[in-house]
Amino acid sequence: MRAVRRTLIHGAALGVALILAACGQEAPKPADKPAEKAAEAPKPPPKPEPLKVAFAYVGPVGDGGWTFAHDTGRKEAEKEFGDRIKTSFVENVPESADAERVIRDMASQGNKLIFGTTFGYMEPMLKVAAEFKDVKFEHATGYKSADNMRAYDVRAYEGAYVAGMIAGKMTKSNTLGFVASIPIPEVIRNINAFTLGAQSTNPKVKTKVVWVNKWFDPGKEAEAATALINGGADVLLQNTDSSAVLQTAEKMGKFAFGWDSDMTAYGPKAHLGSSIINWAPYYKKAIKEALEGSWKVETNWWGMKEGAIDVISLGEMVPAEVKKMAEDKKAEIKDGKFHIWSGPMVDNTGKEVLAKDAKGDDKFIAGIMFYVKGVEGKVPSGK
Amino acid sequence: MEQLAALIAATLSAGTPLLLAGIGLLVNERSGVLNLGAEGMMLIAAAAGFAVGFHTGNPVAGLAAGALAGVLFSLIFSALAIGLATNQYATGLALTLFGAGLSAFAGLAYVGKSVPFKSTFEVPGLSALPFLGTAFFKLHPMVYLALALTGLVAWVLARTRAGLVIRAVGESPESAHAIGYPVRLIRVGAVAFGGACCGLAGAYLSLVYTPLWVEGMVAGRGWIALALTTFATWRPWRIALGAYLFGSVTMIQFALQAEGVEIASQLLSMLPYIATIVVLALISRNPAFIRLNMPASLGKPFHP
Amino acid sequence: MPRLEARPAPSPLMGYLAPVLALGLTVVFGTLLFLALGKSPVAGLRVFFVTPLETLRGWSEVGLKMVPLLLCALGLAICYRSNVWNIGAEGQFVVGGIAAGGVALLAGADAPRAYFVIVLAGGIVGGLAWAGVTAFLRDRFNANEILVSLMLTYVGGLLLIYLVNGPWKDPKGFNFPYSKTFDAAAMVPRLFPGTRLTWGIVLAVVVLAAVWLFLARSKAGFRLAVAGHAPLAARFAGFSAREGIWLSLLLCGALAGLAGALEVAGPLGQLTPQISPGYGFAAIIVAWLGRLHPGGCVFAAFVMALIYIGGELSQSRLGLPAAITGVFQGMLLLALLTADTFIHYRVRWR
Repeated sequence: MRAVRRTLIHGAALGVALILAACGQEAPKPADKPAEKAAEAPKPPPKPEPLKVAFAYVGPVGDGGWTFAHDTGRKEAEKEFGDRIKTSFVENVPESADAERVIRDMASQGNKLIFGTTFGYMEPMLKVAAEFKDVKFEHATGYKSADNMRAYDVRAYEGAYVAGMIAGKMTKSNTLGFVASIPIPEVIRNINAFTLGAQSTNPKVKTKVVWVNKWFDPGKEAEAATALINGGADVLLQNTDSSAVLQTAEKMGKFAFGWDSDMTAYGPKAHLGSSIINWAPYYKKAIKEALEGSWKVETNWWGMKEGAIDVISLGEMVPAEVKKMAEDKKAEIKDGKFHIWSGPMVDNTGKEVLAKDAKGDDKFIAGIMFYVKGVEGKVPSGK
Repeated sequence: MEQLAALIAATLSAGTPLLLAGIGLLVNERSGVLNLGAEGMMLIAAAAGFAVGFHTGNPVAGLAAGALAGVLFSLIFSALAIGLATNQYATGLALTLFGAGLSAFAGLAYVGKSVPFKSTFEVPGLSALPFLGTAFFKLHPMVYLALALTGLVAWVLARTRAGLVIRAVGESPESAHAIGYPVRLIRVGAVAFGGACCGLAGAYLSLVYTPLWVEGMVAGRGWIALALTTFATWRPWRIALGAYLFGSVTMIQFALQAEGVEIASQLLSMLPYIATIVVLALISRNPAFIRLNMPASLGKPFHP
Repeated sequence: MPRLEARPAPSPLMGYLAPVLALGLTVVFGTLLFLALGKSPVAGLRVFFVTPLETLRGWSEVGLKMVPLLLCALGLAICYRSNVWNIGAEGQFVVGGIAAGGVALLAGADAPRAYFVIVLAGGIVGGLAWAGVTAFLRDRFNANEILVSLMLTYVGGLLLIYLVNGPWKDPKGFNFPYSKTFDAAAMVPRLFPGTRLTWGIVLAVVVLAAVWLFLARSKAGFRLAVAGHAPLAARFAGFSAREGIWLSLLLCGALAGLAGALEVAGPLGQLTPQISPGYGFAAIIVAWLGRLHPGGCVFAAFVMALIYIGGELSQSRLGLPAAITGVFQGMLLLALLTADTFIHYRVRWR
């Protein structure tokens, strides 16, 4: 019983301390921020303080996919700016109530530029941005902004389209497979772009889709890939975070692509190419603007043109003329000659979504929540 | 038909890690010890197995290293939960936390690496059979090994003296102790066997099933394996049944999606879990069925 | 092999020394760990135990993190005391959050300020119902509650993903899987402006006192304990094991559901695909670390909250990988469990 009572005293003391702490919070609230400023101000300036830049990652930097790609971008930016900046990151920040605390702590630690690399940080970042007016916030893949917060994203669908063109040429069964993660517009966009690309080189193509409802679970991704291959698909693409789909294709003697990073090594016989994201150009731009004071609120949606998206390491089995075709298309996308979302375009129920000669603008692209003709099934929870 | 054969093959592959881990945990639990650290042990073993497989280029060495890592990790659990009689639930959970962290840290150097192992197998003579060949005879040797292990465990537990002793220790450690059996040593052994099997399962994931290492790649399979022991009412062959049932429902829901069935994928993804509950409820209706098998001292610490 | 010998009564001396011993072990292992990583051990330990509590906001964040851990752990403690092995508090938390979110989405701009009370009630009902499924299957079909509650946790998580992707998706949200943000009336009021701490912590303290009284003083609490420890004796005394199953699971579900409601109608303010970073699982450790005693759970929840936040800070302050925090957390917990042994046992070498 004694032992128990001891913890009770602990508990009571804690409760009191908490209440005191909470009470104390009321009065010194205005003094809160000056104190934070004071903490970072008193340093003799022999040379300008490095700009402190922080990154909040949703996954581990060792995921070999989404977060890995962001961290590669961070490292390259650090290399570029040397001791003019100082970067730090917190990985595995869940998209729960914890995100707000982590981001607020970054701001209160004197970071002047903060990147949040997943959609789920949008609301927390907005809340923190309202509090720290002198800090600049960059939010990946979202759509809300503030006086000191802007959104950025990449046009991954451009890579998916080029991959689709190659897939259309390489398929024998005229059936493609797509291992999809969580049904957000970005993923649905990529499924459509992949299918449109394939149809541009092979009109008979159809695409089967399997959702694993996770961003990351190599086992499930492999099982989904197996199901697609058993269902007749012979070229696969995935919008999940691991290389399991490619490896499954390799095992079963089919083709697949790498996604987010170059995945050649995982399945040399199956690897047709990798659609990669390169965040470094954007991170360099944003940091440069913050250093020079030219940072302003705008929306940056970068693709092949800016060097953020590329399709690389095309496999040896891809015939030379297909390779050339892919390179040509990349060039056309880069200089704006080719627009993927061009009418006439119908969804897979036959409804027209883009009239003849119409071009889908960014608003159209952001709101894609249908499958184009040739994709089998129904968008999860689409109306 | 060919599609059905492929589905069976995929189910057997998907169920194998669950079966391996489940059969080990079964022996573990039959001795009266509940180790919720299965997920952590599998992660450590997946990392260790991949590292050794990567450096030696030998998948067998990798699998062995995974099993060894599982044993070593299980010893931490034994030292605390058996040696110091700490709470088994909390110790196991702490071990899972520890294992997840340690594997992520130690495995950092292996992210993005791959192991070029042979990935197709055939049982000579039988793999050419129509239907049966595709369904049963083109699988990784570990699939057959897992089944053989299940048979071995079933035999040892039911028919041998060693099995009797393990069960006695799980039923009534006090009596076993009174007769003169070293209860705690036997439990350490059973937990180590559980660790070895979880280790094999983890290494199977990182070397065979999806030959890569990324942190968190076990993705909850340790928990499913733990649930399977209950599902199986602590009987070896029912573990195999449960593992393949779970695997088959998983594969079937993916196959349904691939065929364009218009049910929300999240609802389809619930199927393996719901199916497990339903089957459990059906088989548990006869109370004698469970009570006869559940080790009476499961989860309770013993000190002589 | 060392031999443990039960003390006739828990050692009062060790009662005081155990936490010191645990701290000592953690310091020793922590020092080794941080040295191996080339970091200053002082800075490393400081970031886990001091830095989170340096500011008032820090305290409020620890408090915010404690609330769900404590509520779930209290519920689990009731279950474990009655020998009901519920490990699905995570699912009950999530479904509680779902139900609360559903109620909150109905609020409308003109809802009265007290609307949040219904939101919380919704959460309680949601968690209760989810735990009720486990209780029903256990009672009616004798289905093992470990398995059922764990499987239902996965189902609950998928249900949440389904809802925020489909029926409850914010129509103006560019199809992202998030509900619209709740109206102000649906939100639990903040305790103090400038922090994220809500009246939830006061509610948690009230619940704590209630659970305490229930376990220590009420007849039902006593019957639960008896039914859990000695089912046969309980049956002779006319207590029913069925009652224990239903009561403990429903109470746990209600508490976990309340925790889920406080989370979505507190710091989150909307339904998202992930409303819990694993509170229900972490609460299992909290419950045992707190020795299934309400007061002990407060202490344990405090320690857990501290090392979670310390884990984030060690990344941003010291550049340690997140993986290390897992190692450190596991180590600290193992040290606490080890030290605990010596309260009830003596070690004899032979």
